[in-house]
Amino acid sequence: MPDEIQVADRKPEKIIAPGYTFGTVTDQIATVVLTKRTPVFWIASFGVGLVLLLLFLLAVGVLLAKGVGIWGIRVPVMWGFAITNFVWWIGIGHAGTLISAILLLLNQKWRNSINRFAEAMTLFAVACAGMFPLLHLGRPWLFYWLFPYPNTMNVQPQFRSPLVWDVFAVSTYATVSFLFWYVGLMPDLATLRDRTHNRLARFTYGIMAMGWRGSARHWSIYETASLLLAGLATPLVLSVHTVVSFDFTIGIVPGWHSTFFPPYFVAGAIYSGFAMVLALAIPLRSVYGLKGLITDTHLDNSAKVMLGTGLIVAYAYIMEAFTGWYSGNVYEHAITINRMTGPYATQYWTLVACNIVAPNFLWFKKIRGTPWLLFTWSMIVLVGMWLERYVIIVSSLAQDNLVSSWRVFQATRWDWATYVGTIGLFLFLFFLFIRLLPMISIFEVRTLLPQAKVEEERG
Amino acid sequence: MKVPFYGVIAEFDNPSALVAAARTAREQGYRKMDAYSPFPIEELTDALHLHHNRLPLIVLIGGLTGGALGYLMQYYVTVWDFPINVGGRPLHSWPAYIIITFEMTILFGAISCVLGLLGLCRLPQPYHPVFNVPRFAFASRNRFFLCIEATDPLFDKQKTVAFLESLEPKEVSEVAH
Repeated sequence: MPDEIQVADRKPEKIIAPGYTFGTVTDQIATVVLTKRTPVFWIASFGVGLVLLLLFLLAVGVLLAKGVGIWGIRVPVMWGFAITNFVWWIGIGHAGTLISAILLLLNQKWRNSINRFAEAMTLFAVACAGMFPLLHLGRPWLFYWLFPYPNTMNVQPQFRSPLVWDVFAVSTYATVSFLFWYVGLMPDLATLRDRTHNRLARFTYGIMAMGWRGSARHWSIYETASLLLAGLATPLVLSVHTVVSFDFTIGIVPGWHSTFFPPYFVAGAIYSGFAMVLALAIPLRSVYGLKGLITDTHLDNSAKVMLGTGLIVAYAYIMEAFTGWYSGNVYEHAITINRMTGPYATQYWTLVACNIVAPNFLWFKKIRGTPWLLFTWSMIVLVGMWLERYVIIVSSLAQDNLVSSWRVFQATRWDWATYVGTIGLFLFLFFLFIRLLPMISIFEVRTLLPQAKVEEERG
Repeated sequence: MKVPFYGVIAEFDNPSALVAAARTAREQGYRKMDAYSPFPIEELTDALHLHHNRLPLIVLIGGLTGGALGYLMQYYVTVWDFPINVGGRPLHSWPAYIIITFEMTILFGAISCVLGLLGLCRLPQPYHPVFNVPRFAFASRNRFFLCIEATDPLFDKQKTVAFLESLEPKEVSEVAH
């Protein structure tokens, strides 16, 4: 019998910097919220968010007054910016759920210090995403027509349509993300309740914490609940972008009608989501001095996930071009050539640079280990993924089967105002969250400390 | 019998001491007790024999209910309430129902999970006697508590306090109602 393979005794990996205690971890994270002093960085970022949010409100006001014609959507490109932005935002949200649910089930401890703000990012990204299909309805105040309810018009939604599936998928995703995030917050809200000296804050956090007291009975049920919610959220997050991709694949528009869209969309979502996580984590940890909790290991791991999913996305582009040629279908063939050489060639080749070429630089440890470079890379990825959705939607619709209906899409200033406005909405909500709630899960970071390990005398 | 106070509580400064104390208390025969810690401790769950809870069952029932409702809703609408005949295709087009059935399963499962968590924990409960102990504010920071409740049959104020003192805690105090 051959010798058994010896498993090398690996040193336990250091996830957070040494020297922390339960008390210092708690105080460092809670102080960001409980202090009276607000950093200039926060005021500046919140200010930018607020200004852009006002722009968004203006754009929505004009939209409601004049109708969707203020956007550049004209036959045949009726989806234009709205659906591009919807898919982009909802994709960004996916990384948060991946970190909080999938990495929990995979027992990846490093997630503990980034899951909270990543989940908040998910929530706010889904809120921004939801704005677009809603505003794109034309008469957003009638949105409830999308749900089945007994009505005097005697009509019902078409349940065989992917657009109705989307309504259910996205609203479920928003609800479950919120529940997961709130359940995760409860113990930390109790910490804030116990730490604050302000009566109003104590009352508010106390109500929100629901009387959490850290009882062992509660913790045992709580742990079961976390695992169950993670188990529910995992297939959910994969399903949401799959359903979003069904919006395209179920149609017969050339360049949309293909079976590899679901995995390709999910990978792209996680790719752009991790870019957003890095874009938020890198400045936050510097400003708030949290480099001991969000360490270089976290950035490195996130960059690796970005590299991995980026390669899947790159593979999908290559397959897309290959299928266009190999299918022998003249329309598929034409749309592929049109994308590369037609009116959207600039956008197409920029996205190739951003999503096929750029992620390969993440093989180098130098880039993964240099925060400002990584920040730059995540911006490149976010731009690349936006362009990807733009090219898929706009180029396919602008030049479809019928040559006589071809028309090139031109975005108007209101298209840009609405899009940039949702970035404002996102920043506004995110920085409010940073100021009012703990951005790192305090109780989960406590479990990472070496002191948290129980030493028992075994008799 | 109404006792004038809720129980006695001992404070420890590390999780190992709390788990050891909970085990000893259990071996001594105490049953009506609870431990409080700033983060979940698996060994503590084990020491207090808390492994079983009905949450998975609640979530299963919730999820199945959601799935069934989702499917039946689509069946009712597309077959009975608002049938649309598209080239003679079957009205009961189950493959198209899969997505919404799945989403409704997840939605109801997750909602019943959260409601189940709150229900089984008897939360929200803004008031609880342990909050009367001033030091208890540290239970959400860096201190670990073991509370033996006055309703325990073995509870006797002197003896229980003496027992808790023997576990070498930082402090033992009485919990008022």
